[in-house]
Amino acid sequence: MGSAILKIRNLYAGYKDGGWVLKGINLDIYKNKITAIMGPSGCGKSTFIRCINRMHEVVDGARIRGEIYLDDRSIFGMHPIIVRRKIGMVFQRPNPFPTMSIYDNVIAGYILNGIKLKREEKDHIVEDALKKVFLWDEVKDKLHVKGTFLSGGQQQRLCIARSLAMGPEVLLLDEPTSALDPKATRVIEDLLEELKKDFTIIIVTHNASQAARISDYTAFFYLGELVEYEETERIFTVPKHPKTQEYLSGKFG
Amino acid sequence: MLRERIKVLKDEMVSYAIFVQGMIEKSVKGLLTKQKELLKEVIEKDEPFANEEEIKIEEMCITTIAKFEPKAKLLREVLMVLKINNDLERIGDHAVNIADSGLYLIERPKVKPYIDLPRMSDEAIGMLKDSIDAFINEDAKLAKDVCERDDIVDNLRNQISRELITYMLQDPTTIERALHIVKISQNIERTADLATNIAEDVIFMVEGKIIKHHKEEEI
Amino acid sequence: MNSIKQKILKDRLFEIAIIFFTALSVLPLILILFQVVKNGIGAINLEFFTHLPLPPGEKGGGILNAIVGSFELVFIASIFAIPLGVLIGVFLAEYKNKLTDFLTVLVDVLQSTPSIVIGIIAYLWVVVPLRRFSALSGSVALAIMMLPLIIKHTKETLKMVPSTLKEASYALGANYTSTLLKVLLPSALGGILTGILLSISRVFGETAPLLFTAFGNPFFNINPLKSVESLPLLIFKYALSPYDDWHRIAWGASLVLILIVLSLNILVKLIIEKWEARF
Repeated sequence: MGSAILKIRNLYAGYKDGGWVLKGINLDIYKNKITAIMGPSGCGKSTFIRCINRMHEVVDGARIRGEIYLDDRSIFGMHPIIVRRKIGMVFQRPNPFPTMSIYDNVIAGYILNGIKLKREEKDHIVEDALKKVFLWDEVKDKLHVKGTFLSGGQQQRLCIARSLAMGPEVLLLDEPTSALDPKATRVIEDLLEELKKDFTIIIVTHNASQAARISDYTAFFYLGELVEYEETERIFTVPKHPKTQEYLSGKFG
Repeated sequence: MLRERIKVLKDEMVSYAIFVQGMIEKSVKGLLTKQKELLKEVIEKDEPFANEEEIKIEEMCITTIAKFEPKAKLLREVLMVLKINNDLERIGDHAVNIADSGLYLIERPKVKPYIDLPRMSDEAIGMLKDSIDAFINEDAKLAKDVCERDDIVDNLRNQISRELITYMLQDPTTIERALHIVKISQNIERTADLATNIAEDVIFMVEGKIIKHHKEEEI
Repeated sequence: MNSIKQKILKDRLFEIAIIFFTALSVLPLILILFQVVKNGIGAINLEFFTHLPLPPGEKGGGILNAIVGSFELVFIASIFAIPLGVLIGVFLAEYKNKLTDFLTVLVDVLQSTPSIVIGIIAYLWVVVPLRRFSALSGSVALAIMMLPLIIKHTKETLKMVPSTLKEASYALGANYTSTLLKVLLPSALGGILTGILLSISRVFGETAPLLFTAFGNPFFNINPLKSVESLPLLIFKYALSPYDDWHRIAWGASLVLILIVLSLNILVKLIIEKWEARF
C-alpha cells in the first residue's frame, strides 16, 4: 500500500454558475505510485486535479470547499506558489514557452519566479531534468534552439522536465498524451513508469486502456462523484460498482 | 511493460510445471521404493501449494489481459499460459491420486513385480518435460513429437490392464490391489494426455494453428 | 460532354476575369510609383539630404529640416503612443467588462476620426495653452492617431497567445506580473511590433493634423517646443507654390517619403515571417 502523500477530504468544487462540479470527494493518493483518474467527459476529473495544485482557483468565480493535505499539511494554508512548486502540472497539449530556448524552458520556473541561479547550478538542473525525461541525448547539442521546434512528443517531455526542474513531490498530468501519436504516447508511458520511483504521479485520462496499462491505482469519477477507487488490477477485473462495470464495457463515455 | 510482465508470467508457469512434474515423480518413486514419507509429502504439502500456485498464475493472467490488452502472439501466450496452468493443476491432482493408491499398496505384498509401470511413468514424465521444454524454447517440432508419443502410453496402460485381469481371475484376493494398480496406470495415462494438451497449446502459441482433435497425419 | 466543356470554358473565363481585374487595380499603384520616381529621382542627390531649402529662385538646396523634423515628430509621438497603446491593449485583452466594452468602441471611433479633427484637438490641448506651434503638439496629434492601431494589434495578438501558456506559467508558481512580462508579452512581441511599425508608417505621411500644430519651419530645428518642418508639410507647401524648382523638390521629397513608408512595410513583413512566435 505505502503511505498517503495526499489526502483529499470532502472536496467540493464548482464554477461561477451552476452547482458543484465535484461533490464530496474523499481520496488518499499513495506515495511513489501512479494514480489514474478516469471517467467520461464532464465527470470533473480535470477540475479535480486542478484543485490539487490550486489552479482551479485561478478561474474567475471558481468555488472550492473541503480540505486537501499534502504531507499532512493543508494546501489551503500554504501560499499557492509553494503548492505549485511542490505539485507540478503537465497539460493536455504540449505548451513549451514559444519565446524561450529548450534550456530556458527547463528552468522557466526559476526565471518566472525571479530566482537567480549560478551558471553551474542552471546547467546542472537542465541536464538532470532532461535526463530524467530521456530527452538529454536528443537535444544536448541544440539546447539554445526554441522549444517549439521539437516534435509534439519531445515538447511534452520538455514540459515534464520543466515541472521536474522545480523539484516537486507530486506530478499532475492532465491527459498528457491525448494530443500525441501512439509512439510518442508509449514513450511518455514508459517514462512515467520510471518517474514513479522519485515522484508521486496522478494522471487524468479518458482512455481506460491507458489507465489500466500504467497506473497502480485507479479512481473512477462519474458526474462529479468518486464512484470507485481501487488497485488498478482489481478495478479492471472485478469492479465493485455497476457504473464502473458499465463504463469499462463501453456502455457510456 | 507488457513483454516483461509476460516473461515473469511464463517463468512463474515454468517453475510451476517443474514443481508438478516433481509431484508425479515423487508419487511414482514413493510407490516403487516404498517411501511412505514421499507419498505423504505429495498429499499433505505439495497439493495445497500447487492449488495456491494455480490461482496465483490465473490471477496474473487475468490482470495482464485486463491491464495490457495483449494482441496477436502476446495474446496467445497469455491465453496458453492460462490453459497450461489449468492442465498442470490437474496433473497435480493425478499425482495425489497416485500417491493415495501408493499408500495402500506399499503396506501390502506386490501382486507382481512392477515392470511396465515404471516404463509408463518414465514415458509420461518425459512427455511432460518435453512439452514444457517446447514451451520454453517455443519449439513446435518438439511439441508435435510429444503429441505422437501419446499412443505409447495408451498401449502400455492397456497391456497393464490385460495382465492384471489374468492375475485377478487366478486369485480374487489380489483384486483390490490390482484395481489400485489399474487406477495408477490410468492416472499416469491422464498425465500423458494432459502433456499432449500442453504440447498442442504450445503449437497454437508458436504457430497460431489449433490442432486439437485432428488426426495425426494432419499435424 | 457538352456540359463539361461548358464548365471548363466558364472556368477559363472566370480565371481571365480575375487576372484582368487584379491587373486593373494594381495599375494605378504602379503608375503612381512610376510618376513619383520619374519626377523625383532627378531632385535627389547628396545635397538634397544634407542641406536646408533655399529661397525661391536659387538653385539647389535640400530638405534636411523636413527629414529630421518628420523623424523627430514620429519619435516623440512613439514615446507617448507605444507604452500607452500597449498597456491599453493588454487591459482590453485580459479583462472583459463594461469598461472594456466601452473602450473598445472608443478605439474604433478614434480610428475612424478624420485626422484634421485630431489636429484641431491637439491644437486646443497643446498649442493654445503654450501659445505657440511646436513639434510637441504635432507629436501629440500623431500619437493619438497611432493609438488605435497599436491597441488593436496588441489586443488581438495577446488574445491569440494560447491560454495554455498562461496556465503553464501559473502552474510553475509564477504570479500575474511575471506571467505577463515574461510569457505573454514576449509571445505577442511579433504582433505588437507589427502594430507599432504599421502605425508609424501610417502617421509618417500625415499632413492634416500637422498643419496647425507642427506648422512647418524653413529652418533647422530640433527643439520640440518650437515649430518644426516635416516631409508631408513640405510637400504640401512646395507643390502648391508657383516655382518650378520647388515643384521638383516636392517630387523628390515625395519619393523619399514613399521609400521610408515602403521600407517600414517591408520591415513589418520580415518581422511577421521571422519573429512571429510559433505556438
